[in-house]
Amino acid sequence: MSGMILEGKAWRYGRDVDTDVIIPARYLTLTDPAELGAHCLEDLDPGFRRRVRKGDFIVAEENFGSGSSREHAPLAIRGCGVSCVIASSFARIFYRNAINVGLPILECPRAVDDIGGGDHLRVDLERGMVENLSTGNTFEAQPFPDFMREIISLGGLVEYVRKRLGK
Amino acid sequence: MGKTITEKILAWHAGRDEVRPGELLGARVDLALANDITAPLAIEAFRAMGAERVFDPSRVALVPDHFAPARDIPAAENCALIRDFARQQGLEHYYEVGRVGIEHVLLPEEGLVLPGELIVGADSHTCTYGALGAFSTGMGSTDLAMAMALGEVWLRVPESMRLRYEGELKPWIGGKDLILHTIGSIGVDGARYRAMEFCGPAIDALSMEGRFTMANMAVEAGAKNGIFAVDAKTRAWLEKRARRDYRAFESDPDAVYEEEITFDVGALEPQVAFPHLPSNVRPISQAGEVKIDQVVIGSCTNGWLEDMETAAGILEGREVHPHVRTIIFPGTPRIKLEMIRRGWMETFIRAGAVVSTPTCGPCLGGHMGVIAAGERAVSTTNRNFVGRMGHKEGEVYLAGPAVAAASAVTGRLTDPREVMGG
Repeated sequence: MSGMILEGKAWRYGRDVDTDVIIPARYLTLTDPAELGAHCLEDLDPGFRRRVRKGDFIVAEENFGSGSSREHAPLAIRGCGVSCVIASSFARIFYRNAINVGLPILECPRAVDDIGGGDHLRVDLERGMVENLSTGNTFEAQPFPDFMREIISLGGLVEYVRKRLGK
Repeated sequence: MGKTITEKILAWHAGRDEVRPGELLGARVDLALANDITAPLAIEAFRAMGAERVFDPSRVALVPDHFAPARDIPAAENCALIRDFARQQGLEHYYEVGRVGIEHVLLPEEGLVLPGELIVGADSHTCTYGALGAFSTGMGSTDLAMAMALGEVWLRVPESMRLRYEGELKPWIGGKDLILHTIGSIGVDGARYRAMEFCGPAIDALSMEGRFTMANMAVEAGAKNGIFAVDAKTRAWLEKRARRDYRAFESDPDAVYEEEITFDVGALEPQVAFPHLPSNVRPISQAGEVKIDQVVIGSCTNGWLEDMETAAGILEGREVHPHVRTIIFPGTPRIKLEMIRRGWMETFIRAGAVVSTPTCGPCLGGHMGVIAAGERAVSTTNRNFVGRMGHKEGEVYLAGPAVAAASAVTGRLTDPREVMGG
């Protein structure tokens, strides 16, 4: 997730977007990100899946990813092509899961306040900078603690444990 | 500086004298849990990590409870994958249908989660075991894979908040009403990343089942864990169940809390969370006329014997309203057996309710009680998000077993006092 500049359109949602609407339980027998991605957010925004483009952003208010521990949620978001989730805050299990499976996330309430649906964004993940090309405003996201940066730089928790096991 | 129960348990498991809120640390795990939804991804991650054996076959529990007995072929294949992994790894705590219960009722009943322990589960309601004075928290499948491989997880030490409950509860009021009232007050992220420590006279008087119900829904306020001090009730509950010695911690008198809230619950009415958030709570007297199509009594929140007793007490000699489906799903086979012994199965069946095998099915719209567009359910489960129990245009009203059983009789959201008098 380091060293990458992402560009795309913002899909703007409110607060408490829970994991049941990110990926409903009826699809939880699936494990493939692309198959999960085909149903991402379908109960919240039926048009999203048809119109989302690779590289787009989900931008949401407080407590994004609340509810269940299903890792299928960040996998579905990744699987439908979303490059990064920007939120005012994240529910804790979703936050862990996103880092563990390599879905980029940024906590940046001021950017969320500035961004409207359809705005064009440019994000520098390494520096944690969010640029709203539609308004011309730039924001700095909350930095990650060092330990999480290590997991992120390895590409997720699987690689971190591989290293620990000497594989 | 004094420490909270949560900080003491985490320090012990990190091999440290003390820890401070906000610190990130590696901690030893006493038990790692996954179910048929989360274990397949955990097993995939476990293998991708290059792990060959779990850290300890007596400390990994796999509980196929969500879509089991398998609802369809993909679910059957996931269950088979878990079973094969359990056999190959020689896991001591794998439960086949017939012995399986709802994970968060089953593991305490089996005596596998104990005070002072650190339990992680790939299920958000793993926080339930805080009722026993354990630190327990939900995580994702990849975290669980790390726990299975290394017997260790990474954790951020949570800030603690103390919630104190004053007063004596009225009849028909239980743990579900207390926790719904709490979430209604602080919101679905009112305890985000924090430990919720429950105390006070109303908690001392509360049954173990009521405490499990409260700890279970700590995650609905965004908390990392919910926790209770160990008392005589906890010890009595564990006496015939605990499989290992345990260590009880208590918070120091000068422990530091980020927030302290006191609730006077002496006059509390039955509480109901309206769609579509567990924080959208009203007392039953302000519920208005809400006609319903389905009642669900059970789950990891309210699938305990005490909940079945409450429901049976209301449905005894009464009939479920002809327009309502009432589905009762006890937490474990042992609870179901006890329901037979006590005559409650007959009570439920004569009333026109169906009694299911223990499963998470209806709670998450999986199977065994999915709702259609426009249907309304009163449910003793823990979430009422859009689409949670089935169609996105369905509605779920969360309540305790007394409100749910009374509503089953009248066909609308009902105060148990209306049906039972008093």
